[in-house]
Amino acid sequence: MTLKHENLNTCTGCVAPLVAKLVIDSAEHVVASIATGCLEVASTKYPNTAWPIPTIHSAFGNSAATISGMEIAYNVLKKKGMKEDVKFVVFAGDGGTYDIGLQALSGALERGHNFVYVVLDNGGYMNTGGQRSSASPLGSSTSTTPAGKTRFRKDLTKIAAAHNIPYVAQASTFDLEDLKMKLKKALEVKGPALVNVLTACPRFWRVEPINLRKVVQLAADTCFWSSFEIENGKTKINYVPETKVPVEEFVKIQGRFKNISKEQIQMLQDKIDADWAWLNKEQ
Amino acid sequence: MQNRKAMNGMSAAVEALRQIDPEVIAAYPITPATGIPEGYSKILAEGKVTGELITVESEHSALSACVGAAACGVRTATATASQGLAYMFEVLGVASGLRLPMLMYIGNRALSAPINIHCDHSDSMAARDQGWLQFYCENAQEVYDLSFIALRLAEEVKLPVMVCMDGFITTHTYEPVEVLDDKKIKHFVGSYNSKVNLFDFKKPITLGHFAMPDSYFEFKEGQEKAMELALKRYEVLQKKFSKIRDKEYPAVARYKVSQADYVIVTNSSTAGLVKDVVNKLREDGFKVGCLKIRMFRPFPHKDVVDALKNAKGVAVLDRSMSFGSMPPMFSEIKNCFFGNIQSYVFGLGGRDIFEEDIKDVFRKMEKKDYSEKIRYIK
Repeated sequence: MTLKHENLNTCTGCVAPLVAKLVIDSAEHVVASIATGCLEVASTKYPNTAWPIPTIHSAFGNSAATISGMEIAYNVLKKKGMKEDVKFVVFAGDGGTYDIGLQALSGALERGHNFVYVVLDNGGYMNTGGQRSSASPLGSSTSTTPAGKTRFRKDLTKIAAAHNIPYVAQASTFDLEDLKMKLKKALEVKGPALVNVLTACPRFWRVEPINLRKVVQLAADTCFWSSFEIENGKTKINYVPETKVPVEEFVKIQGRFKNISKEQIQMLQDKIDADWAWLNKEQ
Repeated sequence: MQNRKAMNGMSAAVEALRQIDPEVIAAYPITPATGIPEGYSKILAEGKVTGELITVESEHSALSACVGAAACGVRTATATASQGLAYMFEVLGVASGLRLPMLMYIGNRALSAPINIHCDHSDSMAARDQGWLQFYCENAQEVYDLSFIALRLAEEVKLPVMVCMDGFITTHTYEPVEVLDDKKIKHFVGSYNSKVNLFDFKKPITLGHFAMPDSYFEFKEGQEKAMELALKRYEVLQKKFSKIRDKEYPAVARYKVSQADYVIVTNSSTAGLVKDVVNKLREDGFKVGCLKIRMFRPFPHKDVVDALKNAKGVAVLDRSMSFGSMPPMFSEIKNCFFGNIQSYVFGLGGRDIFEEDIKDVFRKMEKKDYSEKIRYIK
């Protein structure tokens, strides 16, 4: 099942609905809690809805807490005779996850609810006009860091993994089969799971539509966004580029990096190299 | 058959929760309401209830979890106070806007800064315009009894409800409470048939739409209509409850008001003190009375007008402020009573109020001593 196109107002080239579709198709009964953000606003304009599954939007930072209540309600109803096997999924952007929703997410992961948290990470507050979030990369111009961000991005995937939950993965739309496999696994494990998905934003990454595919390919080939999973504490790298491309190639096709300095590119490269080395050691 | 137990406001709430047996309770510790989730966790461990407790990491998440659970069509409850309620603020409007009934106990406590754990009504009064039904209880017995009426009312009009009790004064003071037997309560609260249910896979719903100027307005109008309905339905429900309790709980409680020249209007535990003073002054032939505002949202203006129609003077005792304007309860009374009226603010941050203070309020009315400004009892 896909989100109903006639009720969907996402930008041309937006991959968020595709990620949602992959989730919806991965189980029979899926219920979603969506955080305020692009996907929510673009899919739930009253009196219509694009969602073919039961969906709730409460606020910005509380989607993980909302689903906690839903999952516990389900556990109680199950004891009282409810038949359906229900899967619980959160869709939230990086703003709703790395920033305002981090506490609610951490609480829900620690409590061990049986749910999947899908992060649609496009590196900023795109729904409000492309402001900086703690997922915005170093050197990226946003509407609140016009000269370029001076801090590295937060490593949410590692933060999630530090909760010692059964499944954490990083993926992107670069490899849909890999993404599908990870979402399915996340839905199947018992306990909390988080899949952090890099979702290219044509609007605020300032990428030519023709380069949309290339940009996620480069995110993978530069190891800016490595594809890996941590299953019950075991790390597995899912994609190893034949040749690790310099991060400059990823940076130069995106208008958001127009103000990045040579030093910052080097800083990005050093960070990527260190992260990649860490990941290989973990595996 | 009477079943009298020693209880404080919190254990009365826990006993009510045991009998209601909601599917989901989500709460976060905060003085002076912590005894409610603690007490519930105990009866849960003892296997006396069938629900679950979510020990969340914040009040924001407590109420969010309640919203999630209520959206799945189950009964849900929480308890908080002060900063906890302030932290929930964003979600208060979500719960009422989504028209999700739920029960929230408040142990009324002052708001920071400066930090203070004692009683006043700044917390729930600050939340009075968030679309929740609000009840203020005088004692543990009221907390227990109103739990059932409030819950049923919430479910009938599809609005969430706050049952407020004075921090420490009511939350922590033990007093005799008459508990009704489980069967009577089960019969009164019945089972909850929610029309909103995220687990209906045949008709999947989207809850929490994004509403443009062409539709948002009507949502808010609907909430106000529900409040109007709540005024009517409350009277019906409290009458129904009186059949198992032999006692009525009108939206505004009149104590020797009909023949009174001077009336003090207040709420919560302070009404007990005022009634005591009324009895003493009546012995001296002083015609005074007390009007207790039990239901604050929706506000029963008509009942207040009727109750005060013979009063020569009225004093309203608020336990909170509305900085830059007149206090919340005074503003409501002033809105419908056009005679001599005086605003008093008392008890902020748990400051005690004494018999002599109440007597002085009555004496000033007798002397026609009124001021347009707030007077402070401190």
